Order: sequence, then C-alpha cells, then structure tokens
Amino acid sequence: MRVALRQRLGHGRRIAAVLLSSQYAYMLEYRAEIVLWALSGVLPFIMLGLWSAVDAGDGLGMSSLQLARYFLAAFVVRQFTIVWVMYTFEEDNLSGRLSPYLLQPLPLVWRYVAAHLSEQATRLPFVAMLVGLFFLLYPAAFWWPSFSSLLLTVLATLAAFALRFLMQFTLTMVCFWSEKASALERLLYLPYLYLSGLVAPLALYPEAVRNVAFWTPFPYMIDVPARILAGEPVAVGQSFAVMAAWAALLLPINLLLWRRGLRHYSAMGA
Amino acid sequence: MGRYLSTLRIFWIASLTAELEYQANFLIELVATAGNLVGSIFVLSLFYGRGQSLGGWSWEGAMVVLGVYTLLEGVTSTLLQPNLSTIVAHVRTGSLDFVLLKPIDSQFWLSARTVSPWGLPGIAMGAGLIGYAAWKAGATPAPLTLLAAALMLVASLLILYSLWFVLAASSIWFVKIWNATEVLRSVLVAGRFPVSAFPAGLRAFFTFIVPVAFLTTVPAEAILGRASGPWLLAGGAVAIASVVLSRWFWQFALRFYTSASS
Repeated sequence: MRVALRQRLGHGRRIAAVLLSSQYAYMLEYRAEIVLWALSGVLPFIMLGLWSAVDAGDGLGMSSLQLARYFLAAFVVRQFTIVWVMYTFEEDNLSGRLSPYLLQPLPLVWRYVAAHLSEQATRLPFVAMLVGLFFLLYPAAFWWPSFSSLLLTVLATLAAFALRFLMQFTLTMVCFWSEKASALERLLYLPYLYLSGLVAPLALYPEAVRNVAFWTPFPYMIDVPARILAGEPVAVGQSFAVMAAWAALLLPINLLLWRRGLRHYSAMGA
Repeated sequence: MGRYLSTLRIFWIASLTAELEYQANFLIELVATAGNLVGSIFVLSLFYGRGQSLGGWSWEGAMVVLGVYTLLEGVTSTLLQPNLSTIVAHVRTGSLDFVLLKPIDSQFWLSARTVSPWGLPGIAMGAGLIGYAAWKAGATPAPLTLLAAALMLVASLLILYSLWFVLAASSIWFVKIWNATEVLRSVLVAGRFPVSAFPAGLRAFFTFIVPVAFLTTVPAEAILGRASGPWLLAGGAVAIASVVLSRWFWQFALRFYTSASS
C-alpha cells in the first residue's frame, strides 16, 4: 500500500518535471512574443499617470507614493495571473489537436496549467527589468517588502491565478458546444477589468460598490495581492477564505461540465 | 475609382453574409460594448465624484472624449482588426503572393477585404454619446464647428489606420509581430481620457510618440467648438503624414518579401 503510493507520487513528480521543462523550452522559443504580451499589460501605469495628476488636490486618502507602489504591485500581480487557456483550448478543439491529447493517460488540464506556469517563468526576467526601470524613473517609490509579506504575496498571487484559471476553464467548457465560445471571455473580462483593482485601488471606490465587489471573486485577483505586496493593511484570512469559497463553488461545476462536454465531444472535421 | 467601389461592395456583402452566421455574437458584442462603456463612465465618476476634474475638462467634455474613443474602438473591430490581422497569416503561409498578383492595389485589398458587423454597436454608442454629451456641454452645431469636427474625426481615423497598418505590415520581417498590435491597443486605452489629464512626461509621449492626443482629445475639442487653429492644422498634418508614411512603408516592406520559404 505504502509502496504503491510512493510509486504514484514519484510518477506524478516525473510527469510534472517533464511537462514543465518541455513547456518552458517551448515558451522560451516565443520569448519575443511573450515580452510583447507583458508589455501589453501597461494599463496600471496609464492609470497611475491619471491618479497621480489628480493627487495634487489630495483628499484621496492615499499618498502619491502609496499610489505608485500599489499600481506597480498591480502590474506585477497581473503579469503572473494572466490566463489564456480558453483561446488555446478553442484552437486545439477546432484544429483537432484535442483528440490525441485526450488519448494520453494524463488529465488534459495539467498540460494547460504547465503551459501557463512556464509562460510566467519566461516573463519573470522581463518583468524584473521593467520593475527596475520603474524604480530608475521614480526612485522615491522604492520599497523593500518584508520577507513575510513577500511570501504572502506569492501565495496570494498563486491563489489568484488558480481561481482565475478555474473560472476561465469552467467557461471554456462551452467550447464543447460552440465554435466561437471565446467571445464569452469578453463578458467575463468586463467585471474583472473594473472590479479587480486594475483601474484604481478598491479603496478609492465608493463604499457601496466596494462592499459589493468584495463578495465577488474579482478584487482577490489583483487588488488583494497587490496591496499585500505594497505593504497596505489587508484582511488576509478573510481574503483567502473568500477565494476558497469561490473555488469550492466553481470546481464541481467545472468537473460536471467537463464530463458532459467529453461525452458530447466529437472531433472536428471527423 | 469605380472599380474599387464595386469590388468593395462585393467584398463586404460576401463577408457580411459569412459573419452573420454567428448571430449570437452580436448579442455578446452589444453587451460587451455597453458594459465597457458603463465601466469607463464609472472610472470617470471615480475622478469627478470627488470634485476633481481631469486636466481641466468638464464632465460632459470628458464624456465626448470617451465617445470618440468608443467610436474608434468600434471602427477598429469593424475594419482594422479583421483585415489587418490576416496579414501575418498571408506572410506565414505565402498566400501574400496571390494578393500581390491581383490586379488591384495590395494595400487596399489587405485593408478593406472584409468587414465585420460586430463593431457597429460601438460605433452607434460612441456616436450617440458624442451627440448627447456635446449637447449637454452646450456645443452649438454651427457649420464651421461641424466641419472642423468632421475633419478631425477623419484625421483621427486615418492616424489610427496608419498606426495599425504599419505595425501589421512589419510582419513581413517579424512573423510574430501580431502581439505588437495588442501592445498598441493597450496603449491606446489612454485615449479614453483627455490627454491634458496626464503628467507632463506622459502627455508628451501621448502627443509626439504615440499620437493618442490626435485620436481622441483633438477631435473632442473640435466637437465642443473650441479647437484652436494650430491644433487643427497639426491634426491634419499628422494624418496626412501618417497615411503617406504607411503607403511608403508598405512599398518598402514589399521589397523584403521573399515569399514563404519552401
């Protein structure tokens, strides 16, 4: 019994290592492309420009340094929580690549998770460079997060990534029934864009909107990890609890749709 | 000229027929565009709600800027994106050969081959918002204002087109350039706000390097009837220069096109 478990664990670790290293090699091939994707995440910097120009009149409740740190942290968190599984899955489905993948003795989802994690690893040096450039242009904003808040940020960012992946992957299941399902992602992106804290820290939202927003999963995807990284006070336990609750809600739906979708699946062009 | 118009008609009828197969998309686009507009207005209200203004613009004035932005987004998804996104594939597969052999201008063919109706909600909502906000701001539809506004809108469309086309045409050298248009799109988001709302450094960037100022702020000024002569002239000049540049760039890029390697 014990031996069988250990064998399975070793097997899993070997598969994970192979998947990650091959996907990483694949992503490195497209590093120029990934740099461009990283660059297209400049929205927090544009918003920082707007907010810092407004800040002159103050009354914001946030100093310009706090704003700069928040938006830089939001940029970093966004870079490591970008999810694009829907587009890849749709393409794999339409081009018929899904069939050979499904025949492999490995749940398909891990292939996509590995691809996302490797892509983030490819981004890492470039994001570090941009952060360095930011501090070069704005040295006053430099801060050194404590080790514990750094650790907490990594955890919160990973949780945010997992939740966003789960959310988009659940919606992705529509691909089994429709050819242009990725259009739906545009709708999911809307509340994400305006409630996650990419355009402004949620602290600046009117209280009524903020209270509603914190019941949705979106603020936990940018605002909460970014505030932890920027050293603002955060209700950590409560945030993780809400994320866990949303994950617990989405996971069964995802599994159910996956099972039904597979039964419905027949290869394109067959 | 007549030949180009009649080909355009055939192209567009064919592509509309194909696109209308996916009618549910229309509903999604409608909701997405409306949602985006509501979200943008909400962001603006975050600034104006605390009694601050963006770069000295009134609430209604900022709405006109947002309207122009929404209109441009609509045009992007109607014409620019569906057409120019195919250049990459043409270069990669070598089917650009067939485009170049056609007895019609290749830049015209690549820029106007298809039309997608999904940007129409954006165009309609943008135009509606412009009209309503300009009326609220007390702009008068004097003939001279209308003329200046129309000219500046055309200029801004030409600039937008040239930016997209030059980036898309770079795929002759870099096949993976398509993401560069995503970068462009994400930078153009700054056009949702009047350019004077940004700090000096960014303002210079958005005026001289990526001319976001001429895309939304200058047309909005013209619509509100307070455009100044130098800005109108500059808008026209930038538009003409960028179209000429895109034309020249395409001729230049084609010299390096050697068909797909095989």
